[in-house]
Amino acid sequence: MLGIVRQKMLERSSKKIRPAVSMLRSYSSAAKQMTVREALNSALHEEMSADSKVFLIGEEVGEYQGAYKITKGLLDKYGPDRVLDTPITEAGFTGIAVGAAYYGLKPVVEFMTFNFSMQAIDHIINSAAKSNYMSAGKISVPIVFRGPNGAAAGVGAQHSQCYAAWYAACPGLKVLTPYNSEDARGLLKAAIRDPDPVVFLENELLYGESFPTSDEVLDSSFCLPIGKAKIERKGKHVTIAAYSKMVGYSLQAAEILEKDGIDAEVINLRSIRPLDRSTINDSVRKTNRLVTVEEAFPQHGVGAEICACVVEESFAYLDAPVERIAGADVPMPYAANLERMALPQVGDIVRAAKRACYRSVP
Amino acid sequence: MATAFSVPKFAAQPFNPISPTSQQKPLIFPTAASPFLGSTRKLLHLSSSSQLNLRRRSSGSVFAVSDIVKEKKSTSIPSLLITKEEGLELYEDMVLGRAFEDMCAQMYYRGKMFGFVHLYNGQEAISTGFIKLLKQQDSVVSTYRDHVHALSKGVPARAVMSELFGKTTGCCRGQGGSMHMFSSEHNLIGGFAFIGEGIPVATGAAFSSKYRREVLKEADCDHVTLAFFGDGTCNNGQFFECLNMAALWKLPIVFVVENNLWAIGMSHLRATSDPQIYKKGPAFGMPGVHVDGMDVLKVREVAKEAIARARRGEGPTLVECETYRFRGHSLADPDELRDPTEKAHYAARDPITALKKYLIENNLSGEAELKAIDKKIDELLEDAVEFADESPLPPRSQLLENVFADPKGFGIGPDGRYRCEDPKFTEGTAHV
Repeated sequence: MLGIVRQKMLERSSKKIRPAVSMLRSYSSAAKQMTVREALNSALHEEMSADSKVFLIGEEVGEYQGAYKITKGLLDKYGPDRVLDTPITEAGFTGIAVGAAYYGLKPVVEFMTFNFSMQAIDHIINSAAKSNYMSAGKISVPIVFRGPNGAAAGVGAQHSQCYAAWYAACPGLKVLTPYNSEDARGLLKAAIRDPDPVVFLENELLYGESFPTSDEVLDSSFCLPIGKAKIERKGKHVTIAAYSKMVGYSLQAAEILEKDGIDAEVINLRSIRPLDRSTINDSVRKTNRLVTVEEAFPQHGVGAEICACVVEESFAYLDAPVERIAGADVPMPYAANLERMALPQVGDIVRAAKRACYRSVP
Repeated sequence: MATAFSVPKFAAQPFNPISPTSQQKPLIFPTAASPFLGSTRKLLHLSSSSQLNLRRRSSGSVFAVSDIVKEKKSTSIPSLLITKEEGLELYEDMVLGRAFEDMCAQMYYRGKMFGFVHLYNGQEAISTGFIKLLKQQDSVVSTYRDHVHALSKGVPARAVMSELFGKTTGCCRGQGGSMHMFSSEHNLIGGFAFIGEGIPVATGAAFSSKYRREVLKEADCDHVTLAFFGDGTCNNGQFFECLNMAALWKLPIVFVVENNLWAIGMSHLRATSDPQIYKKGPAFGMPGVHVDGMDVLKVREVAKEAIARARRGEGPTLVECETYRFRGHSLADPDELRDPTEKAHYAARDPITALKKYLIENNLSGEAELKAIDKKIDELLEDAVEFADESPLPPRSQLLENVFADPKGFGIGPDGRYRCEDPKFTEGTAHV
């Protein structure tokens, strides 16, 4: 009874539930609003001006200003020697970039979407990831492969796959998945400066979303460490681990759960390889319940890996089986309603968290 | 000097990509009606008659060194293709390659070497002919058949042998193996097992040379890259992608096709719609040259022009070297599909014997001197095997090393140290 009264009071005083966009938009602070697109563009500008060995290579990165306008303005500023428009030859230009990286240049390879990286995956894995090991440390490959990953809106089965699990399975690669503008800027700058091959998985639907960024983030030497996750929202009842767009959904789910008295802790993984096992395990030891969220296919996915590492290290602390939310185990359908059903929605995360907390699903 | 040669002179024929007629080289294959040398159909006619040999030669496709020498003696300006020092250097390099590969076979059958081992016997002329013209900073990118490329480029025989034995003193500390030879000081960047994988990487190395010169303004950076690959690779998509981009961006690269007519058990003729690989160069806007890969002097002449062209900034060249591997594809290959007559035909054109003959006939060297070189190489190899045998296996701690250049995975901070060692590394709004 008292709970219901408290809930009603909370409802009246709480802000309206926002649609599927960033929750922080209404906070007015001195922080500057920056879209993820602007964040990536500014990071590329700064890294290219700081180090003349950095160059861009990919389809439509130059005159077209980038297929998703991420590389806007770079051709005008740095010239066609450093911003290379290529023919449609993923295998060829990825290999060329890897060969250039062997000799100390720092290519940033753009794939129009990571689905096309499958045509170049031989070079990403065999020439780039494995080379430092095969040459016993003599040849390092300071290359970044970036592009949009995962589902967009209505683009069909061949343009919607998430490749985080595939690339994260391979030793020798670092795999990063930024969520907001701060992640995008910090991780891309770290990736370009990193002496190893980095697969940088962005998300097309996040490009246009804006997030507040502090002055520290806007500083040109701002960098985030690779391999550290961030706790976006502290909580004590259940841990929700997600990456990329699903972090936004998880934060919304956490707000809904709060009304039901479940205080969720949301972890933004940021780095899939190396996976920040210690942050995840510390969080699970605190909350004792875990929900993993991803939009990729469920089998052999990131959620499976997180579940395994939690079971290995914190089994005694788990009070409930790990709930794994993933995309449907089907190639992405085209119809809008089917696509919505094939991807995790906020409601799915809420229900999973309630299951993990042994609350009844309404 | 090269007047008796039918090798195309690049300087004399300015390459014009627009008019195809300017690409007519004297050393061109006749029409499709004329048989390709490796054709089994042709081999039926191949008796040991030298008359037939001459007739084939006059079609413009192949020359034997002795022919050149005879023609030379008839010209009024007697000049040789090489000096004595160069001749001995070439001889020593080819003998090293041959003896090394024979030693590998021996070691394999004794169980000291394992896995996939692909030997280069018979193709030494190409490796020696091309690589001995390079500087230290020029790069070589090879395939799984890379032992002799490594040796020609300057990697010590000891390091290569230890690598093959899987010892920690190998050129890649035992982590690469037969198919993955890397040496950053000699600029040998692989060693790739996948067919066609090395070609884009080589194109990238050439790209980095051009980038250094034009963007980073490192004056006189004129490093050339050689990409070696086989006939089977020439049907792979990446090959064509790179021909396109290398010609488009005028990269300093030479694409060297070691056409040994066989891809494991697949004859080149069964696999390729148009078996004349050198013709694929002009289709992409670069010269395509065919040369007899069993003759180191001819290969060297062509290589000189191609490498000079790349160094001058005129762009890539496609060189098809017709050669043969005396052994099977690898030591595990029973090699049953190749006609023994074909093998005998090419064995008679052994590049080492041919060079030896040339040196002796032109009084550049004598039997004794060449035998001394043979002995020296044998001793070198004995030493290499002994060194490899006595070297230790990699220690257990080596298993997890070298996966990353930045092993902790946390990035290197502005002060050059690993970020995770910096007590404040999680700051920068990364509040955890």
